[in-house]
Amino acid sequence: MSRPGFVLEVDRSTPPILFHHGEGFRLEKLPAGSRVVYPAEPVAPLKDPDAAIRHALLNPVGDSQPLPSLLHSGMKLTIAMDNQAVPLPPMQRPDNRQRVIEIVLDMAAAAGVDDVELIVAHGLHRRMTEPELRHILGDRIYDSFAPHGLLTQHDAEDHDNLVLVGRTEQGEHVELNKRAVTSDLLIYVNVNLVAMDGGHKSTMTGISSYRSLKHHHNVTGMQHSRSFMDPPNSELHNSTWRMGRLLAGAVKIFQIETTLNTDTFPSQFSFLQKREWEWSARDRAAFLATSKSLDRVPPRMARSIFHGMKSPQRMTSVQAGEVEAVHQLTLANLHRQHLVPVEGQADVLTMGLPYLGPYNVNSILNPLLVMCLGLGYFFNLYRGKPLVRKGGVVILSHPTRWEFHPVHHPSYIDFFEQVLAETTDPLEIEKKFEEDFATDPWYIHLYRNSYAYHGVHAFYMWYWGAHALQHVGQVIIVGGEPRAVRRLGFKPASTLRDALEMAEDVVGRNPSITHIHNPPIFLADVT
Amino acid sequence: MRALQFRRSVPKYAAAMVAGGVMPGFGARVGPLRLADVEEPDLPGPDWQRIRPRLAGICGSDLSTIDGKSSRYFEPIVSFPFVPGHEIVADRDGGRVVVEPVLNCIPRGIDPPCSFCATGLTGSCQNIALGSLEPGLQTGYCADTGGGWSTAMVAHESQLHPVPDDMSDEAAVMVEPAACAVHAACRPDVDQPSTVVVLGAGTVGLCTIAAVRTHLRPGTLIASAKHPEQRKLALDLGADVVVEPGEVRRAVRRMSRSPMVGDGVGEGAEVVFDCVGTADSVDDALAIVRPREQVVLVGMPGRISVDLTGLWHKEIRLVGAYAYGREKTGERTFELAFELVAQADLGRLVSATYSLDRYRDAIDHAAHAGSRGAVKVVFDLRGERNR
Repeated sequence: MSRPGFVLEVDRSTPPILFHHGEGFRLEKLPAGSRVVYPAEPVAPLKDPDAAIRHALLNPVGDSQPLPSLLHSGMKLTIAMDNQAVPLPPMQRPDNRQRVIEIVLDMAAAAGVDDVELIVAHGLHRRMTEPELRHILGDRIYDSFAPHGLLTQHDAEDHDNLVLVGRTEQGEHVELNKRAVTSDLLIYVNVNLVAMDGGHKSTMTGISSYRSLKHHHNVTGMQHSRSFMDPPNSELHNSTWRMGRLLAGAVKIFQIETTLNTDTFPSQFSFLQKREWEWSARDRAAFLATSKSLDRVPPRMARSIFHGMKSPQRMTSVQAGEVEAVHQLTLANLHRQHLVPVEGQADVLTMGLPYLGPYNVNSILNPLLVMCLGLGYFFNLYRGKPLVRKGGVVILSHPTRWEFHPVHHPSYIDFFEQVLAETTDPLEIEKKFEEDFATDPWYIHLYRNSYAYHGVHAFYMWYWGAHALQHVGQVIIVGGEPRAVRRLGFKPASTLRDALEMAEDVVGRNPSITHIHNPPIFLADVT
Repeated sequence: MRALQFRRSVPKYAAAMVAGGVMPGFGARVGPLRLADVEEPDLPGPDWQRIRPRLAGICGSDLSTIDGKSSRYFEPIVSFPFVPGHEIVADRDGGRVVVEPVLNCIPRGIDPPCSFCATGLTGSCQNIALGSLEPGLQTGYCADTGGGWSTAMVAHESQLHPVPDDMSDEAAVMVEPAACAVHAACRPDVDQPSTVVVLGAGTVGLCTIAAVRTHLRPGTLIASAKHPEQRKLALDLGADVVVEPGEVRRAVRRMSRSPMVGDGVGEGAEVVFDCVGTADSVDDALAIVRPREQVVLVGMPGRISVDLTGLWHKEIRLVGAYAYGREKTGERTFELAFELVAQADLGRLVSATYSLDRYRDAIDHAAHAGSRGAVKVVFDLRGERNR
């Protein structure tokens, strides 16, 4: 039985708290009275995930029929799946998607279905490389489909292969991958890392076009999502649900969603899963050895070590059938692992940002992604109300180097150099620059033919933090490169102590402080 | 009279070269430049006048000379000892004047003048080592005329432009650099190009931005600037986008919405003004200019090493822009420069003034102007003794 997440009140006997700090860690002594929110320990995984998958496919939820009865000879079947953005870090083989798709393919073969295509639903993300595809699908699936052109990656700029399914009553364009929407059955295979993922959002972001995405990926939507990790209170989800329902009326969809436990780090990093006062001598030795080694190697090498890490997280649930019924169960299973009750808001919220977010798998967590991870993802890991009060201060800990992956994030570089040099106001940025970047032929070329995120994706990173930017009074980054931090519009600080002193200028003396001990991931249920 | 004099001294020149290489401006401490009491220059002829400098600017070419970085190209067209200073506002009998420093056929008494001087293209005159004067391409490099870094000098009446009463000395001393910029802006054979880039935002770069905005009227003007104050001024003088030097290729690519080809921009800007003159800036200029279009070298480059393959492949025209004369419209460049200085308020670019006694500090300040938030550093001769 795993222990639930909880809130620790720091006192004089509390040891220093571990902060993630990019490709490294810091131990920070928090002032007495501070609170630290710890995630739950990993819940028990499914004993036999393959059996659970078969059971889910044969016993779907909602008004869906069992999968075998939806499969027949001569039909056109498309299986879309989440991309490398989930889970984080990439999980040890076999990935949930491999397990699910192998069983789906067995059932399709048994039914005599021979027109099957797989689509990576990466939306406006970069294309996946062959090693990444092999990792999530396994060699057998990859070798059976990829050489024959039957494993494709969604192309949101291939207008010949997009179809306008219709428009919602609110005027939202539902424009999606032609193969998917002209199939007799669209199966979507999801890995649910956080509560934002899954449901109708899977198809509405994964296999749609910029014209569709802009209806929910925009500043106003994000500012009215409180938070986007809580779908019932998220404008992002309201829009994708409206659009998804329109799609579900036009195409038969069979949704398969899986959840994972939070067994995030492999054994050599097991101290990252533990509460500091429970560290054994071996954990302390491992921490010291790891920290000292990482301090001595160049950032590039440290990055390579971390990106080689595969997480031991394991499947905790699988549900299949009608999209909304499936997603309700998924959220319940996810909450079982993630929810941590927290009472009240703090003046100051601190967080240590790790080396990895959804958009830099095998890449660099550049300054824009630091912003997105801190003020987008981590800030929004709440239900109810934010962990920090209105006008409070968020303190991030991360090296925040002025460094970008030139292949993966070309438009990010221009956004950082040219857009943020002019303004950091999300609404102004959206109005003045978005269209120009989104339609830039060079970015489109790199998105379609190289391994680049779409030109507009950098904007979404900024929008992801729009709610936080509106809510907080100041953002401070500890240990970041000052020039890069200032370009983000934030304040640099050398130490946490300096940052807390700076925060006092905004929130007053002796502020209440909450630190989120994340990852492993949790969702704060703030009352 | 008191003057800063630059004498021929090979050991001192070598010392300046070493010192200036280590710390820009340090050549003033160990090199051939000295503050001295010297004889006032004689009037070379009847059309010459004695003038008394009020303000005299320190130009990038002066700094190159002091730090021993000048090209040997200049050896036959200067004469020693000379008093530097060619950005000059001075007093003469009857009022203030700005000096147009090129020592072409007319001041040299060469009659008939060369084909360039005959048509007003005095900056292109090649008789700059001939005639009645010692060699010297400009006042400030000629042993016979003196220069602005002194309390007295001589100038031919064809070189003198009266300063309007309502123009300050600070504005007037900017007329000469503004004239260089106007001439550069008038060099390209295009009108209202879609995208123009100005590399560098020192005095020449900032004046060029103002001149390009006025005379070339581009759709988009992108400027590169190293320092915050330069960025602010560049925007104020007419740049639409200002980026750091290392960002200029990406900025041009984005503004032109063209692909990258290797490190270069596929289509790029129609005109690039290089106001820096280093290997890196020329390299950037060749990378961001559109094929078959032109790069205008405004900053003095000296001996640099640049890969010209792109120039060959993209059929780029690399043109120089030196000094001034008469532009395509028939107007004298200096007339246009007076207008530009007044209209763009270029007098604000004068950031600091120094007496001759503090010339080492002045040179040091000028050599680090950008990083210290300054643009133009000038000598203020108005309070000098023996004036």
